[in-house]
Amino acid sequence: MSQNEEGWGSRVGLILAMAGNAVGLGNFLRFPVQAIQNGGGAFIIPYLVCFLLLGIPFLFVEWAVGRYGGKTGNHSTPFILHAMDKRKLWKYIGVFGIFTNLAVAAYYCYLESWTLSYVWHSIAGTFDGQSQTEVANYFGDYVNLSSPWQPVLFWLFCLFLNTWILSKGLSGGVEKAAKIGMPLLLLFGAFLAYKAISIKAGAHGALFDGTKGLDFLWKPQFDTIWEPKVWLAAAGQIFFTLSIGMGSIQCYASYVKKNDDIALNAMSAGWMNGFVEVVLGSSILIPIAVGYLGIDQVIEMTKNGGLGLGFKTLPYLFEQWGGVIGVFAGVAWFGLLFFAGITSSLAMGTPVMGFLEDEFGWKSKNAAWLFGGLVLILGLPTVLFFNYGVFDEYDYWAGTVSLVTFAFIEIILFAWIFGIKKGWAEIIEGSDIKVPIVFKFIIKYITPLLLGWVFFASLPGVVDNLKHKETHAKIKLLEQPNVLEKHMYGHLANLNGIDSTIINNPMVDTFTMLSPKTLHSITEYQSLKAEFTRISAPEFDRSKEIEFHKKTILFKNISRGLLLFLWLVIAFYVHKAYKNRLNKGLE
Amino acid sequence: MSTPAFITMIVTEVAITVITIYFFWKVLKTPSKPEPDSFKFNDDEER
Repeated sequence: MSQNEEGWGSRVGLILAMAGNAVGLGNFLRFPVQAIQNGGGAFIIPYLVCFLLLGIPFLFVEWAVGRYGGKTGNHSTPFILHAMDKRKLWKYIGVFGIFTNLAVAAYYCYLESWTLSYVWHSIAGTFDGQSQTEVANYFGDYVNLSSPWQPVLFWLFCLFLNTWILSKGLSGGVEKAAKIGMPLLLLFGAFLAYKAISIKAGAHGALFDGTKGLDFLWKPQFDTIWEPKVWLAAAGQIFFTLSIGMGSIQCYASYVKKNDDIALNAMSAGWMNGFVEVVLGSSILIPIAVGYLGIDQVIEMTKNGGLGLGFKTLPYLFEQWGGVIGVFAGVAWFGLLFFAGITSSLAMGTPVMGFLEDEFGWKSKNAAWLFGGLVLILGLPTVLFFNYGVFDEYDYWAGTVSLVTFAFIEIILFAWIFGIKKGWAEIIEGSDIKVPIVFKFIIKYITPLLLGWVFFASLPGVVDNLKHKETHAKIKLLEQPNVLEKHMYGHLANLNGIDSTIINNPMVDTFTMLSPKTLHSITEYQSLKAEFTRISAPEFDRSKEIEFHKKTILFKNISRGLLLFLWLVIAFYVHKAYKNRLNKGLE
Repeated sequence: MSTPAFITMIVTEVAITVITIYFFWKVLKTPSKPEPDSFKFNDDEER
């Protein structure tokens, strides 16, 4: 049936490629921020529990699903799922496993190109002598295309590099890239972790020792582990860090032959990702940032994630190290992020290529260039209209909602429809380790329940997003500033008896005697007051900002339409491939 | 660095490092399966 002749060169190459698929920018930018926002060192408890109950079971399942598909000559999820259950529905559910890769690659390659660009700027000394604000503004100007050629050229180069590597095939391209990228990533990570931990207060402008950041990140706040939001954050982190629900693990595993091990491979790749995330990821961003900026600024700057800290602040801090070390630190940090990114984006190309090779007899080189072309078309709006939220919209629908939806349906298929008995036999077939039998129970009951909880708990947020609730609220406040004022005084009314010097103190987080509720009211009041002051300023053009938000809604709606159209086009080609199979008597 | 933070960090990082090395070492030490296996680079190796 399939003319697909791709394959892996070596077992180590497969594991490094699989680990590279999982290791992404989130290991260094998302994990440490999640940890400090969800109980510090205590976060590791729900994190590891979720790794055992969600991460490892899913790795077993997706590797097993992939290898099962490969046995029947299928290397992409539509027909892998179809091989598991012949009902028509499944191949259309499998469309998610191609859709997600294309849509995520469309914005991820742009993100990847920033890292490449910043490697260049670290070498070229672009940030030499710039203030912290200037370095931060540089990033804002970069993504807003104030000078469009550079971001566009780096993006095109990055896309070309991905496509060229993919065109060399699995063993000749993807595997080689992982064998170069992963060791370099570890090397850069080890260097930066050493530098971060050895920061000394007073040296090179540092305010605190690097260990203060480690203390901030690892100090366990055990009372937080009873909060559901902490468990939800841990489950979400495990889910996204392992690239579950993408369709790329299944594709990589589909090139493993039936007698070869998957269980030990899955454990090795999964724990490698854990090592990069927990050991390296926790030792770079936060210790450096806290060492130079202090805890309060870091809390403030990470409210919306670690991306800003990574791109807006770290280049300035590396500059403080001066000379060759400063340049090398910049190259190591952005180089590390680049390798983390490219090993993931390459994995996004393979399911699309597998589908074209299996179903339409394409050569891998042609399939790779088509993938590159599609990513170019789909990615263009994320580059051109980044400031209108197109990038975030892709990330939300393709990189979050689609993943969770697909994974949830996949685990139900595997454990309940394909059947846990057959599924378990697939997992342990050819295994080089003894897989504890308890995982059979976990995969059947615990993992679907845990993921179901994540899925259903996220639904209200999905509905809010669908209605553009946040943007409409912003417009409403701009149109009726008195509502904002009312909210502001509402919070102030809750703070009766609290000294006004505390209420107006920007470092209010340091007042440990305040209850969490009071602290929340104060920070809300402060942010509403800042917003009220901003929009009440005489030079502020309210109608311009309202217009901007309305445009954002329009661009977001167009993005959704584009993503939906993409899903339908893939579904159409899956349907066409199925008809081809029927005509050839293969079904 | 406070003692609880130090202990949490060391225990977690050592445990994860040891487990990662253990599984990777096991991969390296496990003999490959008889041909035809999944990997091209060992196709000419004698067994």
